[in-house]
Amino acid sequence: MDLINFEATELRLGLPGSTDDQPEIKSTTSHKTNKRSSSEMVSSVSDEHDSSRSPPPTKAQVVGWPPVRSYRKNILQGKKNDQAETGSGIYIKVSMDGAPYLRKVDLKVYQSYGELMKGLQDMFKCIIGLYSEMEGYKSEYAPTYEDKDGDWMLVGDVPWDMFLTSCRRLRIMKSSEVIES
Amino acid sequence: MVYSLPEEVLEHVFSFITSDKDRNAVSLVCKSWYEIERWCRRKVFVGNCYAVSPGIMIRRFPELRAVELKGKPHFADFNLVPDGWGGYACSWIDEMSRAYPWLEEIRLKRMVVSDESLELISTAFKNFKVLVLSSCEGFSTDGLSAIASNCRNLKELDLRESEVMDLSGRWLSHFPDTFTSLESLNISCLGSEVSFSALERLVARSPNLKTLRLNRAVPLGKLSTLLHQAPQLVELGTGAYSSGIRSDVYTGLSKAFLGCKELKGLSGFWDADPSYLPALYSVCSRLTTLNLSYSTIRSPDITKVIGQCPNLQRLWVLDHIEDSGLNALALSCKNLQELRVFPSDLYAADVNVTLTEQGLVSVSQGCPKLQSVLYFCHQMSNSALITIAKNRPNLTCFRLCIIEPRTPDYLTHEPLDIGFGAIVKHCKNLNRLSLSGLLTDRVFEYIGTHAKKLEMLSIAFAGDSDLGLHHVLSGCESLKKLEIRDCPFGDTALLANVAKLATMRSLWMSSCAVSIGACKILSQKMPMLNVEVIDENGSLDSRLDSCLVEKLYVYRTVAGPRSDMPGYIWTMDRESANRI
Repeated sequence: MDLINFEATELRLGLPGSTDDQPEIKSTTSHKTNKRSSSEMVSSVSDEHDSSRSPPPTKAQVVGWPPVRSYRKNILQGKKNDQAETGSGIYIKVSMDGAPYLRKVDLKVYQSYGELMKGLQDMFKCIIGLYSEMEGYKSEYAPTYEDKDGDWMLVGDVPWDMFLTSCRRLRIMKSSEVIES
Repeated sequence: MVYSLPEEVLEHVFSFITSDKDRNAVSLVCKSWYEIERWCRRKVFVGNCYAVSPGIMIRRFPELRAVELKGKPHFADFNLVPDGWGGYACSWIDEMSRAYPWLEEIRLKRMVVSDESLELISTAFKNFKVLVLSSCEGFSTDGLSAIASNCRNLKELDLRESEVMDLSGRWLSHFPDTFTSLESLNISCLGSEVSFSALERLVARSPNLKTLRLNRAVPLGKLSTLLHQAPQLVELGTGAYSSGIRSDVYTGLSKAFLGCKELKGLSGFWDADPSYLPALYSVCSRLTTLNLSYSTIRSPDITKVIGQCPNLQRLWVLDHIEDSGLNALALSCKNLQELRVFPSDLYAADVNVTLTEQGLVSVSQGCPKLQSVLYFCHQMSNSALITIAKNRPNLTCFRLCIIEPRTPDYLTHEPLDIGFGAIVKHCKNLNRLSLSGLLTDRVFEYIGTHAKKLEMLSIAFAGDSDLGLHHVLSGCESLKKLEIRDCPFGDTALLANVAKLATMRSLWMSSCAVSIGACKILSQKMPMLNVEVIDENGSLDSRLDSCLVEKLYVYRTVAGPRSDMPGYIWTMDRESANRI
């Protein structure tokens, strides 16, 4: 089968069949590309096994393949968008009361608050407790974070994915200093 | 003297015959049986809404209570069918509203439904009970308001996977306080938030509610409230399954699940936080269905759950389950009948996900009742397929999708012909098959030779020549639906098997090698087929007979060419290739 090399994959709002600057597609089925039925490969085949995991536009994209329904694709896309702002980790500064210097953690490495707490505990060699409505503070330290609006929040109230997108920096405070509202 | 049973007796006997196939057989016995049967048929399934007209159905079956229709071809699910193609429910609902005042159930799949139609349903059918809109589109939450407001005896409202214009969540509040008959509600496809208090009150006053599938917007913290109101639930679809770290939410949830003694099926789990999974451990031992495919939880967490579900019959999951999770599945779930593994990364293998052919081999080995498989993966081998075939000759549905088209056996670099050949040879009751990977005409020879019970076949990026298609059309005796994309199949095979097409429901071919000329010939030879050519470039007029068509959809019909085609569909009628 003839496969087609495309210079770039572009989203266009042209009429079906209009070609403008796009190169003519030649294939064994000899029909033109249009916004709907382009089932030929639209990018270089040699990129397919690229293991550097660059985002989709450089990967082979075939309409309707793999046969996964849109709502499933949206779920996966949503996950990736939430987690990969830079595409290579969400590094934020972490400070701990009493420690001489700050550290940095990559939030993308963790799937949940539990994992994050474990990671921080290993890093700072301390026990950090998450606040619970019923039991109060479980330990000497409480994790807090600065959100997008510049407010200092208690870690753990919002779903993990939301936390990932709003957390700007972490501060591990002494529980005794936390003001309860 | 001809002795025959009185009509009433025959009718009574026929009332015990409910399967469509059997009913059809009964109607063929003799004229009087045909007559009696048609008056007492209560439900009809129309697999292709264009194969018959509403008028024909109504004339033959004047007393229906339940109608099921399917519209667009299956490949519409993957955006291969352009917008405006058709599948409009409007004319059906209009005519049925006049002919069947006592209609109780309407089930539509891949059809376009308008708010006006929903409104009509809600007012025309006084005893309306069941509305299932599967993968439908064209309606908004306004239409749902009408259903909620007017259908006094509604039992089931199921919107599974439909695309709804989500104007607001207020529609749910339109169920009147006197409405208590709800048994099944599936709103999982809706984006907007419904009023939680309305939902809670609805659940509280529905003692027969057995199935409740919430949408993502229902927060986890509120789920336990609903479960307390409906401990009799059999199927539950959660909303978002995370809530920060809230031990009160966790405890409440745990307690609520404990009270659900009838729960057999779970789904939902958007944004699932693994720390909330133990809350449902108490129901695991009774679970027969588990759909985790909207959540990206990892293998260890998945394994912990399924390890507690010995009665699991159906599992839908992402490839995050990995081979290790599938090995655990094979050990724990000996009653497994259906497995679907969806891809988490649509393009390249996610380096963090180790799902290979081994996982499927393990399950085929460990789960003796496995019948139905849908498996997305990145590599496959003939030896694995042969092993699977020999392990599980009881497979009835085998759909394998190797994500990269034309991928060969990763061990031998050969085509996967003999692997799939083994599947069709050993699995004698296989009725559905989807192929992928590198395949030559040889695999089709195997399929034509062995797959005698195959009813639906999906082919993509496979084969070398027309011989492949010919093997399938000439050999697969039970074939009903054939869908093909990007294969070098063309005129020769098509025209050598025209009669076969009249025994099938439909044939879809896109990006193949079929010419306009062949379509014209096919149409002339087979007047009982609609031969529809989709050409979005709009230049078929000026094209020569030798030009290839983009997409072809051929189906048998007693209703003649359809009148609702968009401009880009050309029908090849008998006289000439004029657009209608």
